[in-house]
Amino acid sequence: MMTPDEIIDNLPYAQPFLFVDELIHVDEQSAEGTYVFEEDSSFYKGHFKDFPVTPGVILTECCAQIGLVCLGIYLLQKEIIEKQDKKPQIALSSSEMEFYLPVFPNEKVKVVSEKIYFRFGKLKCKVKLFKAEGELVCKGIVAGMFKQVSDGE
Amino acid sequence: MQEERYQKLKEIVQTYLPDDVSAEAIQMESNFTQELNINSANLVDIVLDVEDAFDIMLENEDMDGMQTVKDALQIIDYKIAAK
Repeated sequence: MMTPDEIIDNLPYAQPFLFVDELIHVDEQSAEGTYVFEEDSSFYKGHFKDFPVTPGVILTECCAQIGLVCLGIYLLQKEIIEKQDKKPQIALSSSEMEFYLPVFPNEKVKVVSEKIYFRFGKLKCKVKLFKAEGELVCKGIVAGMFKQVSDGE
Repeated sequence: MQEERYQKLKEIVQTYLPDDVSAEAIQMESNFTQELNINSANLVDIVLDVEDAFDIMLENEDMDGMQTVKDALQIIDYKIAAK
């Protein structure tokens, strides 16, 4: 079994586009993790002018990295461990989000996701992003394609 | 029977066509990804809808062999016959 830290190590992201600090829990059906949006992140310089607010696309990305990709790596761990020479190919295929509250610099958020289905390499999840105090920031449905590339498959 | 299945499949496929592909483009020989420009994620949606519509279960191998509308119909026929 991959540990949460091993899952994070297997993520295909790096700074400045890694939006997972900690994976609190992951199982066959769900994933839960946290991230702190550091105030020196480059997008705050332009979103908005003189009024830094975390962009919705970045919140969506955070939801997808924790809720979809971490869960997908967990679900594909057998294949990933068997074929260490190959990297899993991952692509976001759809997202439909609704936003309720702004997230300001240095806020810590928690993402909770629940699997809708994982079939034929497509993982679809319900995701929710909360503030540290538990208020709902955004929720939606994200889906992505996962493939552990190998010859003859 | 065959025609009925073909129409039902066409209706499903139509839902996932990108805006630049018309419903008339769906023919027996149409290739889902290369001719109808359906992406791999929507191809999964088509397979899931097909499962519901025809009350069958498809496996990964079935999905791999599903390149064209005709392939899909053959798989549907086979699965229904095997029920």
